[in-house]
Amino acid sequence: MDALIQFFQEQGSTLALKTWEHLYISLIAVLLGILVAVPVGILLTRINRAADTVIRIVSIIQTFPSLAILAFFIPILGVGKVPAIVALFFYSMLPILRNTYIGIKNTDRNLLEAGRGMGMTNTQLIFSVELPLAIPIIMAGVRVSTVYLIGWATLASFVGAGGLGDFIFDGLNLYQPELILAGAIPSTILALLADFILGKVEKKLTPTTKSTHYETA
Amino acid sequence: MLTFENVTKIYSGSKKAVNNLNLQIEKGEFICFIGPSGCGKTTSMKMVNRLIEPTEGRILIDGKDIMKQNRVQMRREIGYVIQQIGLFPHMTISENITLVPKLLQWSKEKRRERAAELIKLVNLPEEYLDRYPQELSGGQQQRIGVLRALASNPPLILMDEPFGALDPITRDGLQEEFKDLQKRLGKTIVFVTHDMDEAIKLADRIVIMKDGEIVQVDTPDEILRNPANEFVESFIGKERLIQTKPDVTTVGQIMNKIPATVHKEETLSTAIQRMKEKRVDSLLVIGDDQTLEGYIDVEDIEENRKKSTLVGEIYETELYKVKEDSLIRDTIQKMLRRHTKYVPVVDEQNRLKGIVTRATLADLVYDSIWGDEDDN
Repeated sequence: MDALIQFFQEQGSTLALKTWEHLYISLIAVLLGILVAVPVGILLTRINRAADTVIRIVSIIQTFPSLAILAFFIPILGVGKVPAIVALFFYSMLPILRNTYIGIKNTDRNLLEAGRGMGMTNTQLIFSVELPLAIPIIMAGVRVSTVYLIGWATLASFVGAGGLGDFIFDGLNLYQPELILAGAIPSTILALLADFILGKVEKKLTPTTKSTHYETA
Repeated sequence: MLTFENVTKIYSGSKKAVNNLNLQIEKGEFICFIGPSGCGKTTSMKMVNRLIEPTEGRILIDGKDIMKQNRVQMRREIGYVIQQIGLFPHMTISENITLVPKLLQWSKEKRRERAAELIKLVNLPEEYLDRYPQELSGGQQQRIGVLRALASNPPLILMDEPFGALDPITRDGLQEEFKDLQKRLGKTIVFVTHDMDEAIKLADRIVIMKDGEIVQVDTPDEILRNPANEFVESFIGKERLIQTKPDVTTVGQIMNKIPATVHKEETLSTAIQRMKEKRVDSLLVIGDDQTLEGYIDVEDIEENRKKSTLVGEIYETELYKVKEDSLIRDTIQKMLRRHTKYVPVVDEQNRLKGIVTRATLADLVYDSIWGDEDDN
């Protein structure tokens, strides 16, 4: 207990800073992932022929070793937060893209026909039918991405991006297990917290299909 | 109202789904497209709101070529109901009903008002407007589906097997309700079905299709009475043809053409002898040229045989008779109600043509009950 208190006294501010960096890197990457993957996913449902190819390419990217990807971006983007964010962004793509594609693709065809037959435009169909109904599936992708990214962001320390990975690598280099824990535990907590919060967001975004009045009736 | 002019649809590479379709549909008409699967009935309907685009020919609504109009705009002016109902699960009943008005940018108040007005048409409580589709039964959901098509008050409504997914009892009720609604609102309906009973019940005219072509277009009665060919006959179904026989069969078709008669100039003894021969208890009395004068039965002869000698002196003239083209179903009803044993059949000049007896009816009933088994 004393050790813990001492640790916080010595490293408290660093921990806060590293946690912030960590969160920052991962969240920016996820956000970029959403911004790119959701529209691309929707687009793929409109050009079926390209869908398979694109998803396959993204799947292949996913299999690259993360360390290699990070290293790969150094010559292009240098060191620091940018290459880390870009690399993580690539990783976030697949789950979000795939889930968006599947979610939109799985919209009941009858609903689409009804909507189109009643005179909804393509955009109206996407925004008032397909997207709302696909929210749970898309959000599942976002949650998976976020949790993975928070874990992988520890590796960003390698390219000088900072984050909780700094603690872990310091610990490894200095043979100080408590430093490894100081990096690992907060990163785990962050991941769990992010998943929890996104779960709430998902609930909020998912359109209701039941009237509360009826449930209590 | 709606015109198909030489409309042909060819799906890429394959045969013609619809071949040279010509059809004129009047305002307020209820038209059923019917045929086996793949006959082109659904394709024909979906070409009207351009969910499928015709390869050749023109489709005109109120004289305007649909291909020359804005597709989205045009669809908003045509009601559309699909088989799987297709209510949006994430919208309330009210939002579902007023989807097209929303697309047409009606104000919120006006939409709500319209939804309340519509839901009364199908006798559902107004509270339902705030519920979600999954909280309603299948029959209620399809009522909402129909209301959704009516929301912006379009003159033309397309319906793709709208009652096909419902259980028979619900379907029956909804058909009646809808037919009634259609008559009241004077909508033109194009209705696709594969259920002949449904078509007969609902349609003003039925369009029977096969292999992309129209086989017969006519009123349900006319199709039952005069099926255009064997295909139509088999499609209507033998069973239904027999069942509907009493509906459309005329007296002329089933009457006994050689009734037992006696001329009014003949003697009573001739009459009684003829009764014995034919094993009947009454005879139809005819004059010259086969005109029907009345009847005479065994009691009349018994009472009067001492006083008179000629049939003409005692026969009774009070007689219920029918024309050859009377419907058998009306005749049956009247016979049963009057407790008469037979009805003579006459032509326009009152000449005796035949007779319908209770035995004839027994034959008819026998046919409709056992007729099928005889074929096996």
